[in-house]
Amino acid sequence: MKRAESILIPFGAIAAGMIVFGIFCALAGANPLLVYASLWKAGFGSWYSWQNTLVRASPLLLCGLCTSLPARAGIIVIGNEGALVVGGLGAISAGLATLSMPPWFCLVTMGIAAMLCGGLWIAFSVALQHYRGVSAVISGLLLNYLAIAFMNQLIEGPLRDPSSLNNPATYPLTPDHRLAYFSGTHVHHGILFGVIACLIAWILVDRTTFGFSLKISGGNVRTAQLVGLPVGKLVVIAGFLGGACAGLAGMIEVAAVHGRGNESLNAGYGYVGILVAFLSRQSPLGVLVVSVMVGGLLASGGMLQRAHDLPDATITVLQGILFLFILLSDTVYGRFRTRAHINSGVKANAVAV
Amino acid sequence: MQLPSEGLGPWGVAVALVGGAMRGSIPYMFVSLGECLTEKSGKINLGMEGVLLMGAMTAFAVSDLTGSPWLGVLAAAAAGLVLGAIHAWLTQQPAVNDVAAGIAMILFGSGLAFFFGKRFVAPMAPQLPLLQLGGWSHVPAVESALRISPLFFIGIVVSFLLHWLFTRTRWGLNIRAAGDDPQAARALGINVNAVRFLAITLGGALAAVGGAHLTLYFPGIWSEGISGGQGLMAVALVIFARWSPRRCLAAALLFGGAQALGPSLQSLGVNGYYHLFNASPYLLTMAVMIATCSPNRRLAGMPGALGKK
Repeated sequence: MKRAESILIPFGAIAAGMIVFGIFCALAGANPLLVYASLWKAGFGSWYSWQNTLVRASPLLLCGLCTSLPARAGIIVIGNEGALVVGGLGAISAGLATLSMPPWFCLVTMGIAAMLCGGLWIAFSVALQHYRGVSAVISGLLLNYLAIAFMNQLIEGPLRDPSSLNNPATYPLTPDHRLAYFSGTHVHHGILFGVIACLIAWILVDRTTFGFSLKISGGNVRTAQLVGLPVGKLVVIAGFLGGACAGLAGMIEVAAVHGRGNESLNAGYGYVGILVAFLSRQSPLGVLVVSVMVGGLLASGGMLQRAHDLPDATITVLQGILFLFILLSDTVYGRFRTRAHINSGVKANAVAV
Repeated sequence: MQLPSEGLGPWGVAVALVGGAMRGSIPYMFVSLGECLTEKSGKINLGMEGVLLMGAMTAFAVSDLTGSPWLGVLAAAAAGLVLGAIHAWLTQQPAVNDVAAGIAMILFGSGLAFFFGKRFVAPMAPQLPLLQLGGWSHVPAVESALRISPLFFIGIVVSFLLHWLFTRTRWGLNIRAAGDDPQAARALGINVNAVRFLAITLGGALAAVGGAHLTLYFPGIWSEGISGGQGLMAVALVIFARWSPRRCLAAALLFGGAQALGPSLQSLGVNGYYHLFNASPYLLTMAVMIATCSPNRRLAGMPGALGKK
């Protein structure tokens, strides 16, 4: 019953959200059925659109993990965007410093630097919540802005390539020091990082003592401390792992998509990652599925504009509606069960601030 | 950017800072007052960024269509009212987390604002009339720095009104009771859900008026990057102000001034760290929160039930 619920309810919420979105489109003067068809076509209709979707799904996989891993320990992390940006900056700095080395060495250094930067960024924010009582939500927001300011400072100051005039950027990576593409496609290897990270995260949270300890810390801190768990260490490590994922997403953007560090790092993947984490109910395997879905949505913005004369912000409206319905659907869990089930104490996992 | 203070030297920086603080503080003032009202009732609205953008777009569109900027301000407030009501209703459902709902509202509100604002990107709407406070001076720089939007004074009045509401009226007492201890408030016969609904909804309306300032003040255009994340700061500002409407005013002026620091130092020729100066409000909030928060006790002035289910 619980398993059926955990599949039926999210899909029901998405269906309800799509219906409301259809009404919205109809009010805006577009035929909702044709809009649905375009969304499908632009996201998943052909191999070409699948490629677009997968390119967008890669950073989403990693940014989704950034929220969903610490959520296991009961901490809401929304600093994904900042972690992605500092990860990208760390990656490009490391990459430019090791350009004279062989490409594989350069890429590995970039990845490690990105994960360290992003990981420490989020670990700091989580540690502030655990040890100083500063809400990770607030520090995450502030850190996002600090990261963006830091990025602007670097790409217009010390790291600036003088030949980038109107759109300040760092010096570029050379072509062989960039992340490769799957042959015959424009999908880069970054998607592998995302998929592997999700699988590792799944094993970690569902199949190891570490994951179980995290869950206890998230459920009740007092209990966790009573059974002798090092709660502080656990949550900071969870934050570090989440942040490392978001940082790696920044490395992918730098090493595969842009080839240099510029303002496009701050493209909102971090914020959409929060949506992915909540849509997947903080489950790493869910992140795997939802990232591809949301990646398809992001890929179809241009199509809606061309085919239906709807602004590209239509996709943001759809994301907002879906998010609202998913949250609302949390209230439905358990209502289909008999009283006996409810009394046995199965409760939808709510994350505390 | 050409600044009015150029040629006045260090004094120019001071004048530009004061003027900049008075101008730049207005959005901060309204979002923080709206958030303060919301949080006093025990709920958090993280979605003020969406409300601010929706307010900015609505004010611009209505001012452009009707020719009356004041109607624009009213329409913005109405838009904020609607978004506030959605947030209020959603967060009162069982198992819905305030913070997650706020993030959803940011996406929803900004999406709507960008959607409907698309066709208004180009033209310029009628702006709010400005009050000339610099008439006593013959220095043009001072005069132009002290040309202040009437919303600045409305904001001050609202903050004192809210202070009076919270400390001197039964309604204020009900809001505080709902925020501090909903169980006890219910026992006293207060309809906690209704009180919270009203507080969150009106808080949204207030924040949206801050958005109206963004588009109905020089240069008076609507663009998607117009808020620059000022709505996201609402929650941090209210913590900074320790849930007091009068201190919200001070915090807003401080943040407005800090925001003006970068451009006014640039007029002195100091422009190496422009972006870092711009980020100073965030750094400041961070430092204050690290210094004053503690995991073992609640912050002074914090509503007892804030963020709890």
